Amino acid sequence: MTALPAFSLADPSGTDHSFPTGSPTVVTFVKEDCPTCNLVMPLLDALQASGDVPVLAAGQTAEGNQVLLDRHAPTFPLLDDSILKVSFAYDVETVPLVLLADGDGGEVARLVGFDRDEWQAFFASHAPNAAVDWDAYPKWRPGCGSLTQDPVIAERLRAESENSPLRARRIDIAPSDDVHEFMFDQGFTDGLPVVPPTPERVLRMLSGTGRSSQEVVAEIPPNYAPATVEKIAVNAVLAGCRAEYLPVIIAAIEAICTKQFNIHGVNATTMGASPVLVVNGPIRERIGMNMRLGVLGQGTRANAAIGRAVRLAVRNIGGAKPGGTERSTLGNPMKFTMCFPEWEERSPWEAMHVERGFDAEDSVVTAFAMSSGPALCVDQSSRTARQLAGSFALSMEAAQHVRAHGASDALLVVSPEHVDTLWRDRFSKDDIREHVQRVTARPLADLVSDDDIGGGIPRDRFDAMNEDRRNRRSPKFASKDNIHIVVAGAEAGKFSGVFHGWAGGEIGSIPVSRQIEE
Amino acid sequence: MTTILDPTDERVPIARSITPRPEAITGNVALLDISKPRGNVLLDRLEQRLAERLPGVTVNRYAKPTFTKPAPETLRQDIKADNDFVIEALAD
Repeated sequence: MTALPAFSLADPSGTDHSFPTGSPTVVTFVKEDCPTCNLVMPLLDALQASGDVPVLAAGQTAEGNQVLLDRHAPTFPLLDDSILKVSFAYDVETVPLVLLADGDGGEVARLVGFDRDEWQAFFASHAPNAAVDWDAYPKWRPGCGSLTQDPVIAERLRAESENSPLRARRIDIAPSDDVHEFMFDQGFTDGLPVVPPTPERVLRMLSGTGRSSQEVVAEIPPNYAPATVEKIAVNAVLAGCRAEYLPVIIAAIEAICTKQFNIHGVNATTMGASPVLVVNGPIRERIGMNMRLGVLGQGTRANAAIGRAVRLAVRNIGGAKPGGTERSTLGNPMKFTMCFPEWEERSPWEAMHVERGFDAEDSVVTAFAMSSGPALCVDQSSRTARQLAGSFALSMEAAQHVRAHGASDALLVVSPEHVDTLWRDRFSKDDIREHVQRVTARPLADLVSDDDIGGGIPRDRFDAMNEDRRNRRSPKFASKDNIHIVVAGAEAGKFSGVFHGWAGGEIGSIPVSRQIEE
Repeated sequence: MTTILDPTDERVPIARSITPRPEAITGNVALLDISKPRGNVLLDRLEQRLAERLPGVTVNRYAKPTFTKPAPETLRQDIKADNDFVIEALAD
């Protein structure tokens, strides 16, 4: 005799009913939109009323149960199995399913769908006192598919029953299809090949975080879709990440999905901005990030794959795709990936995350919305900090347009040789910032559109200004605090780099830091 | 078979490319009964009509063991190997 799974389900009043009950019981599964289930509801009631054997009925949707209650007012308990756990445990294929169990839960008899002869025989054997006018019933009616057989629901239930952390839709790719071509066809990639996110790889990726796979990290625009840890992990696999990178990716997605960072605007702008991610703290070494030679270029898995994972998550989970809500005129290569660490140990200054209020031992990712970069500042001749900071200033002035003053953010990456020149004169980061603002401060008259160069302050607006305003000097940046400075790069080479910002402040994007939870 | 997890928000069904529609029906045609009641009645009639209108084609009949589950892999392979077309009777 087959032992039926034990369960405990609540009726509409909230009272729990447990099975097995210690005496013979009929367990049945029904759903409201099944005509045959509706057909047999009075029969189940007759069974209950006979006093021969009590009935426990499990309904598969909460709304449907309410309809069944209103329609049939059953005298037996109609139990809520809307999470379908019991239906799944019983492997219900077709409803109505009627099971007669003995007191210990052993299966004695079973009815599937409605066959009048079978039902009549069942009643004759097990509920002789039931009063039923069998002639009023059709000879035969097929059952309906159990909700647990819905392919999407079945996958979820299987994962839950196995206690799997994976809930994402599974996509089977036929042996005759090329896996990589399939993923290109589905639009899952940034134009380069991706690693197939098999369940095994995603499970390994999830081992990189202690967070629950179903925890929602953020809602990613433009779809405002919930980015669960699992979905982020799927995209991390696509991007080629190792499991230990996952905490950085999660923190970066938290950062860019804040109102301040405004990833929706960053994606949508025709100007072509993209997140530039800077990593600080102990995690840099632990996950093998490169902060030295070629730091802003290709060749290091952690740098390349973390930035790419964030971009792919925005594309796949958020739905931001070029030509859709991603409207960049030219685009830029940072839209593939841009993530690098600060070489804190090579810097004489406070690390960027410490400047931004974190402890040195915290691992932190900071997201900047940058429209281009790194633009190189070549200066092999400056011998003083003042001279070099002045060179930085002129290079930075080119951001967006030389005459575009009052600009928002810039991210300056100072190379080690340049660091040495600056530190010989004990220049602080603030000294650099102030010198940049001083050197680039120009009278508005120098920033006016003219016949040779159309960019700048429109002539009529300038003409309407009073003398005092015209002569006022305007530095490149709205505030010196818009100049963000980190140290990275090879020991050799007097070259620093500048990332140029996008629209700043409340109307654009404000840099956001998030601590990385390991 | 490779199985991957969907990296998207799952709001869009997976699109799969379909085979281009041929100009003419020739060769073998599979009629697949999913074992829903009276599917065989429909397919009997269809087979009859195919024989009248396309006497050159050969009709092969198949049935799924149950409508509640996907067709077994061997059945799908058999249908694919031996036929140029397949017509499936889906509903009651």
